[in-house]
Amino acid sequence: MNRARENSWLILIGIVGVIFLIGAPQVLELFTIINLTTAIAMALLALSLGLVWGFGGILCFGQSTFFGIGAYAYVVAAINFGGTSWAVVVAIVVAAAFAALLGYFMFYGRVSDVYLGVITLTVSLIFYNLMRRTSGPEYKIGDALLGGFNGINAPPLNVPGDASWFLFPEDVFYVAMAALIIGYFGCVWLVRSHFGRVAVAIRENELRAELIGYDVRLQKLLLFAVGGGIAGAAGVLFANGVGRVTPDVFNLYNAALIIIWVIVGGRGTLIGPVLGAFGLFYLIGSLGQQTSINNNLVLGVILVVFVLLVPKGIVPTVIDLWDRKRGHRGQFRRHGRRQRRRGSRTAETSHEG
Amino acid sequence: MKGEIVVETRGLSMHFGGVVAVDQVDFNLRENELRCLIGPNGAGKSTFFKCLTGQLKPTFGDVVIRDLNVNRAHSHEIAGLGVGIKTQVPNVFEGLSVQENIWLAARRFHPAARARSLVEETLERVRLTDIRRDMVNELSHGQRQWVELGMVISAEPWLVLLDEPAAGMTHDEVLLTAELIREINKTASLIVVEHDMQFIRMIADKVTVFHRGAILIEDTMDVVAADPTVREVYLGHRKK
Repeated sequence: MNRARENSWLILIGIVGVIFLIGAPQVLELFTIINLTTAIAMALLALSLGLVWGFGGILCFGQSTFFGIGAYAYVVAAINFGGTSWAVVVAIVVAAAFAALLGYFMFYGRVSDVYLGVITLTVSLIFYNLMRRTSGPEYKIGDALLGGFNGINAPPLNVPGDASWFLFPEDVFYVAMAALIIGYFGCVWLVRSHFGRVAVAIRENELRAELIGYDVRLQKLLLFAVGGGIAGAAGVLFANGVGRVTPDVFNLYNAALIIIWVIVGGRGTLIGPVLGAFGLFYLIGSLGQQTSINNNLVLGVILVVFVLLVPKGIVPTVIDLWDRKRGHRGQFRRHGRRQRRRGSRTAETSHEG
Repeated sequence: MKGEIVVETRGLSMHFGGVVAVDQVDFNLRENELRCLIGPNGAGKSTFFKCLTGQLKPTFGDVVIRDLNVNRAHSHEIAGLGVGIKTQVPNVFEGLSVQENIWLAARRFHPAARARSLVEETLERVRLTDIRRDMVNELSHGQRQWVELGMVISAEPWLVLLDEPAAGMTHDEVLLTAELIREINKTASLIVVEHDMQFIRMIADKVTVFHRGAILIEDTMDVVAADPTVREVYLGHRKK
């Protein structure tokens, strides 16, 4: 996709986003708006993995870890500070810092891709089991009881500087949607910057990136931390949308769900994961109202169908189809050849020496 | 004799388990020199090369680049000294365009504006201006080699290490590559690992022959080519 066409799409996305931001509370019911806030939190979470996996090539199976840490850190900090403004900052910083710490061991330890997935997932499950066991008065951070299985009630956001002026659910929606728009365009800016282009280069060929002088470990660590920070921000929105944070944010179901959003929406794009998250969130929501088919079964079928039939995800596939229809055949051929070349390249590597 | 020594190895050895791939190699490269490393398969050239570029950490001995011991340095740190490295199998960013590949290398050491002009300059030098927007994975093997050479020279290195730059190229492509390498040599010292004797004749100044992990002989191409031991090593051991 060339830069000019990409820019016109970005403008369109921006306009749709802003219209949605302003218009949704005018036409939708309050219940729907509250639900939307949660969906937006999920979309921001999907965006964070779309950045880390789709552009950095880091398959993090436990993006929910940073999401959950962000949510817990927000609630604990808000209860202790008696206000939420700094709690938001704390949540993002703690999530990013934890991602950086975990990333340090993985990237500087040169952990390979598969094990990276296993480690991140395991860390998320460790948090799940850890937080479930924190019921009882002895488990508290400052004034905040961790509450074990039941979790903690999340104080709603307040206007910065005035801790007694709470935001209504509608106002929280504005904040969430604005955060998503800012997050999205922030990510667009990032992947177009020198830093983002190097991240893509590392995804394409780590050795080459190193040989032209980039510290691959540091670059990956920074990208991973940025992804963790965005996931942390998503956690803050989630805590506000649901009004409660429980250990379930760390569970296997959520960890897998994020991956599915990104696969369905499309790796290598930023809007794909956002749309994937929205789409599946509402699909699961509407399935939840009936009892004839099991939710997870449907989700599983969707995943299998996408992996087998639409492996690139919705957005990249639509772009390809569009190009084909318009006669830009080059783009389509390119992908076919790329896979073949990849295969022959691995064969070449073996008789090196 | 030419300028000061820029690359030096002292007793460099690389063992893989019980196999000694490089055995106590003492090697010097002087400023603005163009040195070819040759030798039969398994002679240890590529292993020696990987020790120089930080891809392998030597078992014993030292690698010194401009008075700096780089034994334990990572590849990106060696590249950071101003060393351009091309590997044996073309290592390029497959899914990115030709100009993006070269820009990434140029931008590492230069501010944005300078990097842009370096990309233009480099594309001209490696003759890829016409296909600058093409994806690298669509190109022929020879063109991919040039993309990699372009990445090496766009960073304006003072020392260039090339592992089989002419491998898999057509005759015309080899000629252009030889020309390019002589041009690089005007501003940088070079070490070229190569198999192709014809190609070496085109560029060689001084040649180092590797055999069984050690240096067999080090001299001009004519002397080396006339040496009976070298002939024997290359053509196989003849019964006497």
